[in-house]
Amino acid sequence: MLRLQGIAVSPGVAIGEALVIDNEGFRIPRRFLARDAVEAELERLDRAIAASALEIERNRDAVSQQLGKQYGAIFDAHLQMLRDPRLRAELDEMIRERHYSPEYSVSRALRRYTKVFESLESSYLAERAHDIADIEKRLLRNLLGRKRETIASLQSPVLVLAHNLTPSETANLDRQFVKGFVTEIGGPGSHTAIVACALEIPAVVGMGPFLADVSGGDLVIIDGNRGEVILQPDEDALRQYQQEAEQGRSFVAGLQGLRDLPAETADGTRIDLMGNIEFPDEVEHCLDRGCDGIGLYRTEFLYLGEGPDPDEEAHYQAYLRVLRSMGGKPVVIRTLDLGADKVKGGTPIAAESNPFLGLRSIRVSLRNLPLFRTQLRAILRASVDGNVRFMFPLITTQLELRQAKMLLADVMEDLEEHGVPFNRQVQVGIMIEVPAAVILIDRFMEEVDFVSIGTNDLIQYTLAVDRDNKEVASLYNASDPAVLKLLETTIQSANRHGKSVNVCGQMSSSTTYTMLLLGMGLRQLSVTPAAVPQVKKVCRTVTIPQCEAVYQRAMLLENARDVKNYLREELKKVLPEIAV
Amino acid sequence: MTKTKLVRTVIVTNPQGLHARPADLFVKLAQQYRSQVEVSKESLRVDGKSILDILMLAAVEGTPLAIEVTGDDAQDALDALCRLVEQNFADDLNP
Repeated sequence: MLRLQGIAVSPGVAIGEALVIDNEGFRIPRRFLARDAVEAELERLDRAIAASALEIERNRDAVSQQLGKQYGAIFDAHLQMLRDPRLRAELDEMIRERHYSPEYSVSRALRRYTKVFESLESSYLAERAHDIADIEKRLLRNLLGRKRETIASLQSPVLVLAHNLTPSETANLDRQFVKGFVTEIGGPGSHTAIVACALEIPAVVGMGPFLADVSGGDLVIIDGNRGEVILQPDEDALRQYQQEAEQGRSFVAGLQGLRDLPAETADGTRIDLMGNIEFPDEVEHCLDRGCDGIGLYRTEFLYLGEGPDPDEEAHYQAYLRVLRSMGGKPVVIRTLDLGADKVKGGTPIAAESNPFLGLRSIRVSLRNLPLFRTQLRAILRASVDGNVRFMFPLITTQLELRQAKMLLADVMEDLEEHGVPFNRQVQVGIMIEVPAAVILIDRFMEEVDFVSIGTNDLIQYTLAVDRDNKEVASLYNASDPAVLKLLETTIQSANRHGKSVNVCGQMSSSTTYTMLLLGMGLRQLSVTPAAVPQVKKVCRTVTIPQCEAVYQRAMLLENARDVKNYLREELKKVLPEIAV
Repeated sequence: MTKTKLVRTVIVTNPQGLHARPADLFVKLAQQYRSQVEVSKESLRVDGKSILDILMLAAVEGTPLAIEVTGDDAQDALDALCRLVEQNFADDLNP
């Protein structure tokens, strides 16, 4: 049994068989061989090397003929690598002594070389990493033969374990059979995390290197609540998690009945419970659970796929779909939040040493006005088809807000001139994600219609913790008294100014904080669609005075751990079955 | 059988360094001899008959390489290998 800790990004518990996939999207098969299979497997490796050599020779001859001998020579180098005596000795040792499968040995040995080459300072030599990766793929293809399967063609339930999943890989997964994800890299903003949340399956990311410790078919537990992954669990762990998974299922089933009931407290205060979405498809999840609107519609997905940037029409169609599905219910569209970890194609435009403190979010939009205008135009055009609201992310200074609003007014004028209809009364709000905005919150309130507190970034910037950095991730804590103070300040300022205030981000999706937030005076929550039933259940169970007492007491506690424990205890008192 | 051990240092003059194709030529030549061939760059010492090892030296232009040959045909091997590097891998390489 091996317990590993990563970053929890999508809640729930999944238990099942591991599907380990390589960076080409192929399954890496079982790691170990039966003792008496060694000789046969070595022969299989020989055949694969011979077949690969033949392919490379054919390439060489074709290229030499067409372009000249000197161009074919690169394939001679490939042949040399394929037949390298040291590599061969290494593979033999792994298969003979450690009983690794040839596939696993090839992958492991060649990846080690790839890594070394990648790290070489001479860029020309570092390019050799591609050659090695090429040889690895060729060998694997020859070893796997017909057994080679892509992750798109699954036949039984699996937990997908991968270094990373590209957007297209995730899109091609057979969603019927994928019961959980774990990846070596990535953080809460990673694409895998977002997709896992959208699919509502447990996921843990940012595990660090662990694929070498697991083999296809191994039993694995993914705990998406705590960020824990257990490889080859023992009986005790298995029993404990099976029980937990069962409880989770029956609890969720029991909440189905809440769908058509409002999120009203036991003493009659109406709470607006809204959903956070990324993809237009997720609107269904929100409607199924009886959301009062979309509190956060992230629009980055339009940019993170392959291909050219979306045009105005692509934006417009996506927004229209969401707005029409939601009828007259409010839909808060957050303008592009690109930069930091969210970049096109996974590669930053220019490497920044502190991307979270760099060119991201509204800063990107204000620097790329044509890009920003395209989005503003599309949202405005869609505004006649529903109750749309603008929300600008990461606003830090009043100047930024004014620039964004000015641009919006400019785009409105444009549309007016061209006789394009839009809703002039559209509401404009900002996301509160930076302590600076909280410090000057009263000034901001005079210039906006609403605010929404993005707790993920606010916590990160308040506590100076990069939440994707495993070394310090434990310091990232929503319960920190400093964070609570900022929430309190913002909520009270909004209420004083008669402006609506929402909390989106992971904090609002956690039932641990529901009572605290209601006690602070919050009357609107925007949560991941999967969390709607639980949060609604808490709202319907508690009274406002009860929540206020919890809030008053929590604000007196000294540290994050005490706060969290206290909040969990209080939740347990009112709803023992919901507390995690 | 006499086991001669010979060492000589050569400088890589190829502008792209000891990349895949020159490394291939070097290894192919080394493999033609019975002697053991080792190549060192500073403290890093690798097998001269393994292209993966040679590439890992990351020998860019101007790098001094110590070629150490041990075996009964050491002299011939060393002469041939040094000539290959010094003559910039002859004309085989550059298109």
